[in-house]
Amino acid sequence: MTLVLFLEQTLNGLQQGVMLFLMAAGLTLVFGIMHLINLAHGSLYMVGAYVTASVTMASGNFAVGVVAGMAAAGVVGMAVELLALRRLYARDHLDQVLATFGVILTFNELTKIIWGPQAMFLSTPEWLSSTVEIIPGAPYPAYRLFIIAVGLLVGLVLRHLIINTRLGMLIRAGATTREMVGALGVDIDRLFTIVFGIGAMLAGLAGAMAGPMLAIEVGMGEKILILTFVVIIIGGIGSVRGALVGALLVGLVDTFGRAFLPLIMRAFFEPATADSVGASMSSMSIYILMALVLIWRPRGLFQAYGGNG
Amino acid sequence: MSDPVLEVIELTKSFGAVAASDGLTFSVKRGEIHALIGPNGAGKTTAIGQLSGEIRPDSGRVRFDGQDVTHMPTYRRAQLGLQRSYQITSLFPDFTAEDNVAMAIQAQQGHSFQFWACAKRDATLRQPARLALKRVGLDDKANVKVTELAHGEQRQLELAMVLATGPTMLLLDEPMAGMGQSESLAMMEILRPLKGEVGILLVEHDMDVVFALADVVSVLVKGTVLMTGTPEQVRANAEVRRAYLGDEG
Amino acid sequence: MISLSRRTAVHVIGLVILATLPVAADLAGEPFLTTVASRVLIYAIAAVSLDLILGYGAMVSFGHGAFFGVGAYVVGILTHHAFNGSAVPFLPGEWMGTTSAILQWPLAILVSGFFALIIGALSLRTQGVYFIMITLAFAQMLYYFMTSLPTYGGEDGLNVWERSSLPPLDLYNDQQFYYLTLAVLLAFVGLMQRFVNSRFGMVIKGCKQNETRMKALGYPVYRYKLAAFVIAGMGAGLAGALAANHTEFVGPGMMHWTRSGEIMVMVILGGLGTVIGPILGAATLLMMEEVLSQFTEHWMVILGPFLIFVVLFLRGGIYGWLIGPEKGDE
Repeated sequence: MTLVLFLEQTLNGLQQGVMLFLMAAGLTLVFGIMHLINLAHGSLYMVGAYVTASVTMASGNFAVGVVAGMAAAGVVGMAVELLALRRLYARDHLDQVLATFGVILTFNELTKIIWGPQAMFLSTPEWLSSTVEIIPGAPYPAYRLFIIAVGLLVGLVLRHLIINTRLGMLIRAGATTREMVGALGVDIDRLFTIVFGIGAMLAGLAGAMAGPMLAIEVGMGEKILILTFVVIIIGGIGSVRGALVGALLVGLVDTFGRAFLPLIMRAFFEPATADSVGASMSSMSIYILMALVLIWRPRGLFQAYGGNG
Repeated sequence: MSDPVLEVIELTKSFGAVAASDGLTFSVKRGEIHALIGPNGAGKTTAIGQLSGEIRPDSGRVRFDGQDVTHMPTYRRAQLGLQRSYQITSLFPDFTAEDNVAMAIQAQQGHSFQFWACAKRDATLRQPARLALKRVGLDDKANVKVTELAHGEQRQLELAMVLATGPTMLLLDEPMAGMGQSESLAMMEILRPLKGEVGILLVEHDMDVVFALADVVSVLVKGTVLMTGTPEQVRANAEVRRAYLGDEG
Repeated sequence: MISLSRRTAVHVIGLVILATLPVAADLAGEPFLTTVASRVLIYAIAAVSLDLILGYGAMVSFGHGAFFGVGAYVVGILTHHAFNGSAVPFLPGEWMGTTSAILQWPLAILVSGFFALIIGALSLRTQGVYFIMITLAFAQMLYYFMTSLPTYGGEDGLNVWERSSLPPLDLYNDQQFYYLTLAVLLAFVGLMQRFVNSRFGMVIKGCKQNETRMKALGYPVYRYKLAAFVIAGMGAGLAGALAANHTEFVGPGMMHWTRSGEIMVMVILGGLGTVIGPILGAATLLMMEEVLSQFTEHWMVILGPFLIFVVLFLRGGIYGWLIGPEKGDE
């Protein structure tokens, strides 16, 4: 194991962490403020990926595709919120879980109807296909650096939004004193829809950027959804700061686990067994991480207290 | 009978910058009705919560019936005979009035790992439940679901539940909250005969109730006891009156 | 009185339909319906077991599929070794597995109960969404674990080359298998009915309505919830053992959280907090799947909104709708 390999994997972990942060930020805000468990968050990620892929392939321009993907996810998200999810705010978690499970099923099928059951593939845009020697001696894909940059930028924008703008203040207030904010004349319903829309756009952005790296297929949303929930549980529900820390933690643990556990297992087993044991251990590793965090801090690492970022 | 059934020693609890309990100290003798009064925000409900075990104090001790229960979980304190009722009604909404009391009795009896016999037909639960309901005047509502009971009846049921367990000590958090005049009087007549049998810590706003029932009164201001005395002594005290100035007790 | 006979009517009609189904299917010339119905009954057992903790106890466990899978794998693994003539690893002696139902099925129940004990003991220390997530996490851990074990098929799963033997019955006979499954379901339902009305059942129902008050009354709530969780897990394990026989295949997919989600859907569709409801839910979901998929492969696009509709508007599920408003308890 060399320093170069270690640094490479660190960057990979950061990149995965940043993607998870985009997903987790929206989910944790929705859960923390509206107390809604939204299983369909992964579907918005999927919408982002599919729309970006289609628009990019039609227009030949990745940037346009990403914008379209984000917009589509945002619009779809807000539509679903208005039509169905709004009624769930007052319901218990079980109802929310089941109703949003129904949304997943619907979206998955609609996607199959519109785009067909085959997976889609999107190639990395030209201007991001090169490598950068950010680590001397080890060229690293520019696209992944791009994702890290975008993620950190989004983090800064969110922080500014929550701390310095009126909307952010309302978001923080809404988390703690829903009735008060309503009594002050702020339209709480519209606030919630906007918050939901922001979360949806972030999920769409994550999906858009994931396109060139993964197979775009039905079910991609569920895979990242579980990881996202693990992130917000670890980070603490309702805390955007927690979402960032949790996401980076999970990204790094998952990446290092997949890269190094098989190698470590070779010290104990023969190569073939070591690889499969290592692989299964690494997939379990984030769940073990979550369990450990919950034992130490049953409510996650950070508290929301209505204050985020 | 001279040793106190409940001793509260220097209880301290802060929520952020707010000290809800600040070196709270008092004690309740066996069979005594001890009222805890104070202006809004004095920390009465926080005090009750620490005594019942639902809130963990930052420091201090609670001794019940000779045992240190400071860090004991709520259910163990209840098993020892320290029962609590709630200011905001806390019942089993889908159960009938009789079911609710039966649950209280079942807790005391143990034997809840029974899987076969139908609990609703268990006479060892139902008969005492009926009796407890009769005691508070609810026996005609035995088979009515809690959600269909009037607010006053629900408060009566709260009381019936804790009484049915045969407690050593009761923590009553505003038992008559939201009740009308006649209902409150009826409640008082249920509580009065408990004097001498059951120690009661009674959090109350209504001064008429306090003067009618209490043997001893402790005045709580800003998380600490301002004074403890008989109702007359408390009424006459100038500091107490100042603490209440502008505040309807 | 009206509502009482309506409920009895529903039960009686249901029982009659279940009892005569294979005969009717044969007469109609569609014997495969019996096989479909067996599948419904198997999932009904899993759904009823989930309802104990979900409907009666308000414990939203996303890991129930794991116990279903464990039960199935016990049967699968024991059959695998018996068929291969190889020894079951990690056990003393050289036990070559077995295809006898009398050994397999109780073992399936015990092993899934054991897993439920471990997972429940850890998960029940949390509440709310944390509980949901941690049960989901454990289910996923088991799923990934089985996927990575090449000995038992890994991702591709394991074929069950021989159905369990339970003389004098022939489990390959669709009708006999159906009636056996029906008998198991009825016995299980009967047991559940007694459980939920017993002292234990009252405790579980009390925990759902007001856990704070339960603790305040003196109940050590944790141990009762754990007991319910284990019982539910054992029920799912039994269903899994039957499923392994029915499909003659076990795979890690049985443990995936989406499988738990499906079982949950059955419970909510049928009627949360009732013993019979989940049976209707299983029937509805699987029947919809069968029927709608004849018309379009995109039948999910109908099921999704239907599920949302039921959650939002049809509280009490289909069973609740059938038996109408009721006074008093279950």
